[in-house]
Amino acid sequence: MKLINVCPLVILVFILDLVSALYFHIAEGERKCFIEEIPDDTTVIVNYKVELFDPRSGGFMPSSPGIGMHVEVRDPNDRVVLSRVYSSEGMISFTSATPGEHTLCMYSNSTSWFSGSQLRVHLDIQVGEHAVDYANVAQKDKLSELQLRIRQLLDQVHQITKEQSYQRHREERFRMTSESTNSRVLWWSLLQSAVLLSIGYWQMRHLKSFFEAKKLV
Amino acid sequence: MFITPLFFTILVTLISGILSKSVELTFELPDNSVECFYQEIEQSTSASLEYQVITGGQYDVDVKVEGPNQQIIYHKKKMQYDSHPFTAQYTGVYKVCFSNEFSTFSHKLIYMELNVGPEQPLPGIGEHATVLTQLETSADEIHSALNRIIDHQTHHRLREAQGRKAAEYLNERVFWWSTFETIAIICVAFLQVLVLKNFFSDRPSLYNKM
Repeated sequence: MKLINVCPLVILVFILDLVSALYFHIAEGERKCFIEEIPDDTTVIVNYKVELFDPRSGGFMPSSPGIGMHVEVRDPNDRVVLSRVYSSEGMISFTSATPGEHTLCMYSNSTSWFSGSQLRVHLDIQVGEHAVDYANVAQKDKLSELQLRIRQLLDQVHQITKEQSYQRHREERFRMTSESTNSRVLWWSLLQSAVLLSIGYWQMRHLKSFFEAKKLV
Repeated sequence: MFITPLFFTILVTLISGILSKSVELTFELPDNSVECFYQEIEQSTSASLEYQVITGGQYDVDVKVEGPNQQIIYHKKKMQYDSHPFTAQYTGVYKVCFSNEFSTFSHKLIYMELNVGPEQPLPGIGEHATVLTQLETSADEIHSALNRIIDHQTHHRLREAQGRKAAEYLNERVFWWSTFETIAIICVAFLQVLVLKNFFSDRPSLYNKM
């Protein structure tokens, strides 16, 4: 009985929570993108809520059922991970398969009635260990306070380890880029010298034969 | 029966409303534009703003934090990165603006982290009145140490991203410039010969008329 009671409560807390989250304004149909650079196998939870500007009251309507948000998530190789139209309020979660920069874009589905008006978007993005809902974990696994704390510590250490191995991967890429620049500069300068020398030689020969043909020398 | 969970919800909501709000965002700032974020903060809550420019131009941006009565809490121009802790004096909406208005062509990538209030405690912890055991205290300490590690890691990650992006850009520029210069050398070589031949040719041309 108690368990049944608590589940919707947790959700309720989540939604009420979102009202105090960070927000920004966008125009109708405007595209807003955020970048999350994450290691692989990391969960990202995005919470959002959209409010429509109400010109009559000069404020923002708390709930606007007519508004939908198009959410698109792309992985570092520009493949679409997730692309859907959600309602004015929602929670999206995805887990990264490849490490790197994930782009999250949001834009409202433009309906002609609302066009040109302003939207207020409440947004909360939680990555990795922050995305874990420990209240849920404690209930599901019946953990004591200390066990829960240790669980959190473990999650943090896992995140740090993942981040570090990703760091190594990126350092490798960085080094490869630098080495590529280095070798390009080297080879190109050699090639340029060769091209200059051969062109100079060709110019000389060509002009010499030209002058001889014209009987100038 | 029904009142207790409802009361609990209200309590939790109130507490979590006051307690921790932390959000990290990386976003693109186009040239000549201003990007603002808003956050409601309760009176006498401590908050901190951290930001860093990842790419673009001279890696600088104008940052402004404004309180509910338009009072300016923080205003710095052409900053590369900084962190600024402050305590909210009034309850209300605080505004954080990133401006790229001084730059006419370079768009920028900016990382921002806004922390409001102390960290949300784990459920259950903090409710019991007894003194913490040594194990619990150590666990708490490890937790905060790990949090610091994660913060530092983020900073290094952004630094690395900065360097890597610059290197990639340099690599690309070297490639295009060398291609362009090779073509230029070959064109100039042929042109020189043509012009020189023109000087000595019998046919009247543009050059020996001069």
